[in-house]
Amino acid sequence: MSKNIFSINSKLAFSFLFSTLSLLSFASPIEPSSTTLIFGLFAGLLALVVFIVGLLSDSIIKLLSKKVEGAETTSLFNSFKNYFLGSGQSKKKKSVNGKSISLKEGFDIKLSGNARNDFKKYESNLYAVKPTDFVGLKPIPKMLVKEGATVKAGDALFYDTGFEGVKFVSPVSGKVKEIRRGAKRAITEIIIEADAKNEYKKFNTNVSSREDILNLLAESGTLALFIERPYGIVPSLNHTPKSIHVSCFDTAPLAPNYNEILNRLNKNDFQKGVEVLSKLTDNVHLNITNNTDSSLLDNINGATVNIVNGLHPAGNVGIQIHHISPINKGDIVWTIQPEDVAVIGKLFNEGIYSPKRIVALAGNVLKERNYVETTQGVNIAGLIKDNLKNENSRVISGDPLSGTAVGKDGFLGFYDNQISVIEEGDEYELFGWLIPSYARPSLSPTFPKSKTYDVNTNTHGEKRAFVVTGEYKEVLPMNIYPQFLFKSIIKEDFEEIEGLGIYELIEEDVALCEFVCTSKQPLQQILRTGLDFIRSQS
Amino acid sequence: MKFIRNFMDKIEPDKAKSPFLHTLWDGMDTFFYVPNHVTKGRTHIKDGMDLKRTMIHVVLAMQFAFLIGMYNIGHQHYFSLGMYPGFFSGFFQKLIFGVLQYLPTIIVVHIVGLGIEFLFAAKKGHGIEEGFLVSGFLIPLIMPPATPLWIVALATAFAVVIAKEAFGGTGMNVFNVALVARVFVFFAFPSEISGDEVWVTQDYTWLHKGFNAFASLFGASDFFSIHNGATLVDGWSGATPLSLAAKGGWESVQAYAVTIGGKVYHPYSTSNLLWGNVPGSVGEVSKIGIILGAIFLIFSKIGSWRIMLSLVLGAVFMSALLNIVNSMYANELTNAFLSVPWYYQFTMGGLLFAMAFMATDPVTAAGTSTGKWIYGFLIGVVGIIIRVLNPAYPEGWMLAILLLNVFAPLIDYMVLQNNIKRRLQRA
Repeated sequence: MSKNIFSINSKLAFSFLFSTLSLLSFASPIEPSSTTLIFGLFAGLLALVVFIVGLLSDSIIKLLSKKVEGAETTSLFNSFKNYFLGSGQSKKKKSVNGKSISLKEGFDIKLSGNARNDFKKYESNLYAVKPTDFVGLKPIPKMLVKEGATVKAGDALFYDTGFEGVKFVSPVSGKVKEIRRGAKRAITEIIIEADAKNEYKKFNTNVSSREDILNLLAESGTLALFIERPYGIVPSLNHTPKSIHVSCFDTAPLAPNYNEILNRLNKNDFQKGVEVLSKLTDNVHLNITNNTDSSLLDNINGATVNIVNGLHPAGNVGIQIHHISPINKGDIVWTIQPEDVAVIGKLFNEGIYSPKRIVALAGNVLKERNYVETTQGVNIAGLIKDNLKNENSRVISGDPLSGTAVGKDGFLGFYDNQISVIEEGDEYELFGWLIPSYARPSLSPTFPKSKTYDVNTNTHGEKRAFVVTGEYKEVLPMNIYPQFLFKSIIKEDFEEIEGLGIYELIEEDVALCEFVCTSKQPLQQILRTGLDFIRSQS
Repeated sequence: MKFIRNFMDKIEPDKAKSPFLHTLWDGMDTFFYVPNHVTKGRTHIKDGMDLKRTMIHVVLAMQFAFLIGMYNIGHQHYFSLGMYPGFFSGFFQKLIFGVLQYLPTIIVVHIVGLGIEFLFAAKKGHGIEEGFLVSGFLIPLIMPPATPLWIVALATAFAVVIAKEAFGGTGMNVFNVALVARVFVFFAFPSEISGDEVWVTQDYTWLHKGFNAFASLFGASDFFSIHNGATLVDGWSGATPLSLAAKGGWESVQAYAVTIGGKVYHPYSTSNLLWGNVPGSVGEVSKIGIILGAIFLIFSKIGSWRIMLSLVLGAVFMSALLNIVNSMYANELTNAFLSVPWYYQFTMGGLLFAMAFMATDPVTAAGTSTGKWIYGFLIGVVGIIIRVLNPAYPEGWMLAILLLNVFAPLIDYMVLQNNIKRRLQRA
């Protein structure tokens, strides 16, 4: 984190200076007889003085900030400008072969409790594949194994009739311990007890045609590692994506530092994975930021490297797609994470499905926060037990904006590489809306600011109708009018939902909108209703 | 502070048996405490901002204008009677006169408005929404200080029921609730709010007399020096700056003079107009107070700076255009208002108040950024047209904003269609 040499908030200081000076200008005694000419001249002179003072202090600040090592170049006018135009980042550009995009809108939620740069290995004897992690599956998919069956890593566990051919496989070898069911007998978790043998199912990787590659991906369970947009569902075998996007950074709160993850991936596997992707579509995009610093991405063949800079949600692949090659009606785009590209590479290099994950264990409630090298679907009880400062906490697989609450003995989600633990906020707060008793992250300048925040899960208010306008747009760097989209979803206006760009969004893209929402509306849920509605109609 | 929580838990009424009481209790409870609700779904953390805090900041922003305006009621009362002509002379008499004159209006608006809100909330079975926190303050601010309380009560009831609850409550209304209350008085009781004569209270209410009696217990036998039926001061005409401007241009606004004790006062000098030393509705008089409030709203990001700026630009554009037209056809045109320089338009009437607090209402304004620019600009243009060119209405902002409230969804529709078209062309 870069240091700021100014302890006081320069924005506040400037606005205070500005308003005091303008107040003084009016407070000066003006006789009823004095003409407006004098008044106007005085005001003009004052404006000039304010401008010169501002300019001078600005250049002094710039000079000072250059002297402090690692400090951000701070400018009064920059922050003043940000007030009106959003807080864009201007940094020197890297040279890439793709687009270079700088986003103005967004909001970084700076939470305390990032994972320390310390890597540990962790395996449990329990692993789970959760059908609920996949969007679009029927509640009761077709099971291929029964309780007690022995499976190898890569053996198919179930499939869905809606996505014929796409198999969902076991991440480890062992025995199917339990098939857990939830409401209406929907299958929620398939739990596998790992053995020590670590056996892998061998796949025949001697394939070259696009169709054969796709079939191998579907058979080996790696096709499920992709997410298909629109709708954010499991990809279909007979769909041809316009492009495949890989976001190589994450801006979410408490997100892992992707430089560390990328540096620990096998370069051969990653390169092979990118080659496989490039056989599925002509356009493979690797999206990085200025801060991305990894030899893994040097000299990659078969992909366009784009650079995207900005505050959260710039790291969300949906935002990147919007600016690189937007999804129009009828377009299909697949997305995948860098680790999973390496998983596909390993499949083609060695013929095995070995879904390794590097997970950031973060949150200020945790005593030990570090990175954990583990396997997809691992039971996280061992990481959480005896590691909490406060037992009344929520364990989230994923980031606090779009993750899933899994409980203290839950399992890592299929796509997740982050476990966030935050305090539950189920407490009343006396006059919390008027005079908050502790600092909390907010888009609103009416709250005192802090460098990092301790958060809890309190909603900080009750649900209301949409009242405030423009706040979603301020944090969604897309040419989309989110509030009107949500309203059209609520009134089920098909044409308008489609026209306002629902195809470009999935839940994680509007998570930040839901965070900032003054009316505490459940926007992710509303968006999913809209996506289901559109999908059922088309 | 645990005992308040325990007390609130103890007195919670049964929701099924007495929904109205429960709503009342819930309103109190959520006023004292942020509820213990936790997030559901996949967004696990939420911004600290909620609607209560948003609304209370709007109320805070009004305080600058409100305090000066309330004191000014007392000042205008004494000034019109030729007493304490200096703005700060007789400070306590003026302050207490203003408070006693104004307080009943605020209380009546809140009792009527909140009462209806509670009734509807209890009927619908949900919590009190915060919309009335702002409306309840705005309505007294734009009512003439001498309006009879029963008219204020009627107007508030009309506005809350017809303009808000009929549309579905806070966040659903098409028209600005406070302006509907005012437009109701404007059309139903035109003699109360005509706008070409100033609103100065010359009489004492029972509250003043009561206070006077109370003060006499402590020796201050003649606190208010009650002057019922006293003669008005020499030269005091009761014309507003706007009606003077319509008759004789800016010169006659400046020339207006009152003689008190041999000394000549110019009540409508520029600095008086700016500071709020003129008669009028409480909210609109102090331009400095309003500007401070507007700055507060912009820097707290609660009021839309786009609407405020574009409204000012619209007003500047239209009034400058009228100035030019006037100078081109100086011999043929008889409307003196056309000659008022555009920059003086801001010192008179409710222009700035409309800009800061009325046009920026997020529910009734346009919701898209582009739409906000268009919406504000058109209010500025239409407001000046009504003010300057329409002889029937001496002030145009109320009607301009209500008119643009109707067009706001259309403006947004245009912007959205543009967005939809762009998306279709991209394919």
